[in-house]
Amino acid sequence: MSDIAERVKKIVVEHLSVDESKVTDNASFIDDLGADSLDTVELVMAFEEEFGIEIPDDAAETIQTYGDAVKFITANS
Amino acid sequence: MTKRRVVITGLGLVTPLACGVEETWKRLVAGQSGAGKITRFDASHLACDIACEVPRGDGTGGTFNADDWMAPKEQRKVDDFILFAMAAAQQAIEDSGWMPEDEAERERTGVIIGSGIGGLDNIAQTAITLKEKGPRRVSPFFIPGSLINLCSGQVSIRYGFKGPNHSVVTACSTGAHAIGDGARMIGYGDADVMIAGGAEAAICEIGIAGFAACKALSTGFNDTPEKASRPYDRDRDGFVMGEGAGIVVLEEYEHAKARGAKIYAEVIGYGLSGDAYHITSPAPDGNGGYRAMAAALRDAGIAPADVDYVNAHGTSTPLGDEIELGAVARLLGNAASKVTMSSTKSATGHLLGAAGAIEAIFCVLALRDQVAPPTLNLDNPSVETPIDLAPKAAVEREIDIALSNSFGFGGTNASLVLRRMA
Repeated sequence: MSDIAERVKKIVVEHLSVDESKVTDNASFIDDLGADSLDTVELVMAFEEEFGIEIPDDAAETIQTYGDAVKFITANS
Repeated sequence: MTKRRVVITGLGLVTPLACGVEETWKRLVAGQSGAGKITRFDASHLACDIACEVPRGDGTGGTFNADDWMAPKEQRKVDDFILFAMAAAQQAIEDSGWMPEDEAERERTGVIIGSGIGGLDNIAQTAITLKEKGPRRVSPFFIPGSLINLCSGQVSIRYGFKGPNHSVVTACSTGAHAIGDGARMIGYGDADVMIAGGAEAAICEIGIAGFAACKALSTGFNDTPEKASRPYDRDRDGFVMGEGAGIVVLEEYEHAKARGAKIYAEVIGYGLSGDAYHITSPAPDGNGGYRAMAAALRDAGIAPADVDYVNAHGTSTPLGDEIELGAVARLLGNAASKVTMSSTKSATGHLLGAAGAIEAIFCVLALRDQVAPPTLNLDNPSVETPIDLAPKAAVEREIDIALSNSFGFGGTNASLVLRRMA
């Protein structure tokens, strides 16, 4: 697993209090990991902070799964 | 319209003495103090560096363990005043044994929990984040984690209570107003059960600095914190800030009786008034407090001479204590010598928006156990009074009727009258 994937996973586990094994590529933050819409806003903020990037609102809306997040951050950091 | 009778069937407390009703009460009656140096942040640069903090720990021995009451993931999203409210609400609801079983019952169960200031520390910390890191770092949980009515919101969401969902913000009268208003909602028929009370968590840098700027806090006892809260004593110099929550389950009498609930006491009177005088100082003639008490007695349909115990507002400020004492003495007249009145803020500090609620609970327990908790540190009363102020030791005595006073900034006054169940 890439360094980025690991750091993203750590943030997701911490913020959503979910077991690491549940954080798979296709795991949806809302449908599978128990997040609500505010949780996803906070998650995106945590990604921005961790990777020193800015994720515009329209891009944030496309980040629905753990895999989406890793892909976006890998491409933009 | 005939008033529907309202009784108290559940109690919950998070106080500087302990987390839990019995643990708090035991320490209160034994004359213990919840005061100490402030540990939550460095307060050494403030005029007052003492407070009555909720004792945190692993949950044993009366300590407060946040994880016992809210999942860590949820704790991060709320200010401590909401956390304290959730803990006290859970205790009260479990104590009452009331849990609606169908939609109709859920719609007849409501929540009214208030706070004086709400998420003060959360607001202060977020302001720093905004300034240092910009608006994109402001948490989406900042607003819902700070709003005062989110205690009521969170409790309703956790338990599915769909009745009236309300909140009170009347500074230091909040807790008493919440219980009084909640009882009115039941009396008027809007609900059969109301979860009511107050919560506060303002022991933070900006909170202490703010009240110190109002010259409301004790500053002369930083080296002997447990001596600082000393209502009616000639050496008192201000209040000591407390934190926590007090929540009761209010229930329509026939509803409680029908389900065989344990009934602690009946809420028989509630009175409100405004000073219309000053933003922080009480009116010198005590007229506002007097009228709140008189209105509560009138609502209860009892005479002043029927009152056995008064839980005073008594915050240990130079002005307020004697004004209240004078108003109570005038109200009671010849019966003053038969009454015991104490300020439990001498032990708990001043819990602001939670004060009226924890003190109503202390009245309930005084009625149950027939004992008036003490006024600590009352070495030399600053005025003579025929009223027994329970100096330094609890007073065992007959208590059938208890009166609880709460007066807040802005000149807002509330009095509750509670009766022992025969």
